[in-house]
Amino acid sequence: MQLTSSSIGRKILMAITGQAMVLFAVVHLLGNSSIFGWLNGGINAYAEHLHSMPLPIIIGFRLALLAMVCVHIWFGIQLTIENRGGRPQQYAVKSTQKATFASENMIWTGSLLALFLVYHLAHFTFQVVNPETAALKNLVPLHNEMVPNVLGMVVAGFKNFFVSFIYAGAMVALFLHLSHGIQSFFQTMGWSCDKSQPILVKLGTLVALGLFLGYATIPLTIFAGILKG
Amino acid sequence: MSDHKTMTLTLIVWRQKKANDPGKFETYTAKNITEHHSFLEMLDCVNEDLIHTGKDPIVFDHDCREGICGMCSQVINGAPHGGQDRTTVCQLHMRKFKDGDTIYIEPWRARAFPIIRDLIVDRSALDKIIQAGGYTSCHTGGVADGNAILIPKPVADEAMDAAECVGCGACVAGCPNGSAMLFTGAKVSQLAILPQGKGEAATRVKNMTNTMTECGFGNCSNHYECMAACPKGINVKFIARMNREFIKALIV
Ligand code: SF4
Ligand code: FES
Repeated sequence: MQLTSSSIGRKILMAITGQAMVLFAVVHLLGNSSIFGWLNGGINAYAEHLHSMPLPIIIGFRLALLAMVCVHIWFGIQLTIENRGGRPQQYAVKSTQKATFASENMIWTGSLLALFLVYHLAHFTFQVVNPETAALKNLVPLHNEMVPNVLGMVVAGFKNFFVSFIYAGAMVALFLHLSHGIQSFFQTMGWSCDKSQPILVKLGTLVALGLFLGYATIPLTIFAGILKG
Repeated sequence: MSDHKTMTLTLIVWRQKKANDPGKFETYTAKNITEHHSFLEMLDCVNEDLIHTGKDPIVFDHDCREGICGMCSQVINGAPHGGQDRTTVCQLHMRKFKDGDTIYIEPWRARAFPIIRDLIVDRSALDKIIQAGGYTSCHTGGVADGNAILIPKPVADEAMDAAECVGCGACVAGCPNGSAMLFTGAKVSQLAILPQGKGEAATRVKNMTNTMTECGFGNCSNHYECMAACPKGINVKFIARMNREFIKALIV
């Protein structure tokens, strides 16, 4: 099968799964930003809205995301190993013209993000990191209903310096990964030309920066005491 | 010659007797070099000195020495062809260097380009990629009328831009993955852009990229080092075009 065995085919799989996860990251950030109060009921209302969706949709969505992550990691590792072998002996003088720190370290920023993902899921989805503050166990009233206290869990988590630090640090990895990854998607899909390619590099970096700032603001404002539970 | 100022340079050159030899760097002094010497002429001077003292000259590839054949192939201070924009090693001149400079000279380094001797590598893997699809099949008969197939000028120009590739392999040498995507992208594109090449476009892109992998070239990770290294200014848009051709071939 050309898609899973060939050089370009596997890159296309990397590009599509990667870009799908970028879109997820954008939507996830928009949803999370309800913590700043633009939605009536804040992040608790947003979380409740998500959880009240039909179960098959929730499960289907989670399985699809898991599949994306697995495909991306699998081919990411495979291609990186192959590529490291492409130049068995390095030059005595390293003179890099166009490659960047981000493009050369995709495997490492990606690995950090994968580790972070495990922690993040354990923290806020399975809620096993700090069971006392788990939202599922601490219900609060919202519009005449009792709903999980997501806000309390998030605020309690980010009050801790190390937790905030891990999240902000992971977002640096996300920025680096996406500043190369987003433009890479367009190149790999063949959706770029000589005029658009340099613009796409800048746009990709800009989107990555936006995601970094958006996500990092949440733990930082909580840790700084600006955003309170 | 108007000025008689000369330079003395220290060269640190990769010496390797044969393919399986481990190879090592040797240091040489290049004396009496003027700024008008080309880089290869400078090496000629060093080689004459070496021959006079009964040593093996530094072996390197070259042919036209006017920047059109793509034979010369040296990585100078880490940059294929020396890093001057759109310039092959043979067209690089010593005015780019200063008296007293130390210059590292290495062969193309890539898994698909085994070293034959010193600075010469075996680039026949690029020929294998061409053999896999770098042609169009047509019935030959009488010579066709020049304008029997109308090709708009912008289309012809685009194909010519791709066809500028001289197959030197600097893109592979510059790529941290030793990938031949720029070379293959240029070769796939120059034919895919033109009406004569469209018939075999799908099999061509599949066969050429599969051969690329079989020959041991790495995959592209969009660093764009190839474009920086290319002496002919081949743009990575041709890699994007090859990716499009590949997707078309998958779907159709
Ligand atoms: S694309 Fe440029 S660097 Fe690569 S083989 Fe062709 S001319 Fe040389
Ligand atoms: S020797 Fe022909 S291009 Fe340099």
